[in-house]
Amino acid sequence: MNIYVILKRTFDTEEKIVIENGKISEDGVEFIINPYDEYAVEEAIKLRDEHGGEVTVVTVGEEESDKQLRTALAMGADKSVLIDDEDVEDGDQFSTAKILAAYFEDKEVDIIIGGNVAIDGASGQVGPRLAELLDIPHVTTITKLEIDGTNVKIERDVEGDVEVIETSLPVLVTAQQGLNEPRYPSLPGIMKAKKKPLEELEIDDLDLDEDEVEGKTRTLEVYLPPEKQAGKVLEGELDDQVKELVSLLRSEAKVI
Amino acid sequence: MAKKVLVLGEVRDGELRNVSYEAVAAAKEIAEGGEIVSVLCGESVSGLADNLIHYGADRVLVIEDEKLKTYTTDGYAQALLQVIDQEDPEGIVFGHTAMGKDLSPRLAAKLGSGLVSDVTGIENTGGNLIYTRPIYSGKAFEKKIITDGISFVTIRPNNIAALEKDESRSGDVTNIDVSIKDLRTIVKEIVRKTTDGVDLSEAKIIVAGGRGVKSAEGFGPLEELAEVLGAAVGASRGACDAEYCDYGLQIGQTGKVVTPDLYIACGISGAIQHLAGMSNSKIIVAINKDPEANIFNIADYGIVGDLFEVVPKLTEEFKKVLV
Repeated sequence: MNIYVILKRTFDTEEKIVIENGKISEDGVEFIINPYDEYAVEEAIKLRDEHGGEVTVVTVGEEESDKQLRTALAMGADKSVLIDDEDVEDGDQFSTAKILAAYFEDKEVDIIIGGNVAIDGASGQVGPRLAELLDIPHVTTITKLEIDGTNVKIERDVEGDVEVIETSLPVLVTAQQGLNEPRYPSLPGIMKAKKKPLEELEIDDLDLDEDEVEGKTRTLEVYLPPEKQAGKVLEGELDDQVKELVSLLRSEAKVI
Repeated sequence: MAKKVLVLGEVRDGELRNVSYEAVAAAKEIAEGGEIVSVLCGESVSGLADNLIHYGADRVLVIEDEKLKTYTTDGYAQALLQVIDQEDPEGIVFGHTAMGKDLSPRLAAKLGSGLVSDVTGIENTGGNLIYTRPIYSGKAFEKKIITDGISFVTIRPNNIAALEKDESRSGDVTNIDVSIKDLRTIVKEIVRKTTDGVDLSEAKIIVAGGRGVKSAEGFGPLEELAEVLGAAVGASRGACDAEYCDYGLQIGQTGKVVTPDLYIACGISGAIQHLAGMSNSKIIVAINKDPEANIFNIADYGIVGDLFEVVPKLTEEFKKVLV
């Protein structure tokens, strides 16, 4: 089975955001595999162990994304590809999907797994966009995946409810929390990962012009929300505090 | 310049979702005086069309087809592509809901369009439409413009106010037929897990529990409070990881990002990853035993105390005043 994972490097969830010269500063920031993409890597490895084949992890991003690819290889993926998009001007989700589609053009794909959303930009667009460009179906926010031949049975989370879906390969799916427990890379895994293939590509290698992948949206500004001021911690007897709180919520905050 | 803008009306349990009315208001902003055309898909949905007109739509297109009874990406994509082809709109607005998130990127890719997702504000500055959206789960925000193609926008529930309902408004409601070919994904079953029907992402009030609830049963008092307030129940990652509740309830940078009018955090310490998912709520109440808990730094009102003592008292007090 030809299993592909699309993965993104993101800030660690515990990072605070600092803006310098109108841009989000990456100084001293810890990077991780986007947590939802980690579920995708885990699911891909499980599928390969069950059905055979190969797991290839693909990312579009900066050169430094090689670290996250090595982590995926250490978890058990077989191969990885880093497509450097540094030359793309005003890149957005259109750009990333277009670049990925060009990469997949000559590949035999059974399944592509990604995260349902990245915790930084959080648009959740790239998966469905890529599926459309490849003309294959997609299923988002999956929590269970079973493959039998080319038949695919999926459970997906729809705002808390569960939808049971049937489809067939090839398909693109995006992972929701609850799909699995991603493994930690083992020490032998980390050693092996150093020897596994990590292919580096530029936009030119995919026969794409920079104009073709220019984004369809542009970011004008990034800014921090006004800092929330600590409010009132109530005092006195508990019964009085509760009365005071209810009254404040009604008369001062006017939310009840 | 006046523009024609489509709005996908989303039906759940036989009712239009509130976010669809908010989407009409967003479309008004984008249309700059142009026409708002709502699209309703499903089975026996035409009775809901007038509501969209009362909330500001000029026309409603109704597509009733049994293949659209349950949402599937292929079915809805085919239907909307035919509508887009027929109407030639300059913009299209969806709710940033499970359906909007699943469908809009697919359509935008097909049409080579830009899509700004999860929009919380729209402003028109000298003819430029500027979309505000949170990034890093609300730790920061960005302002974006769409530079090419039909403007695709999904709006986050609870952020763009719906227009005042005006029952004197009237407009055309037209039934149209579309041809829906093979669906590549089939929905075999929908298992309802949400209990009380108050959806976290659209809830005006949320009562959330953290590790401090100590067990699945510990959510009991929170559920009672939520019931009195008509609120939804949420949880921190700590509570989900400890298996006190389902991951569907998780609020945070992984999990749902919510912006209710009132967020009551019970036994939640306030890890950065949780704050990212809720700190843009209008009013935050923190109930925690630990006076040093980080949650008090962003709370509007705090009570230092054991949630198992405080929450039931709060429920009783609300019962008294809300009769």
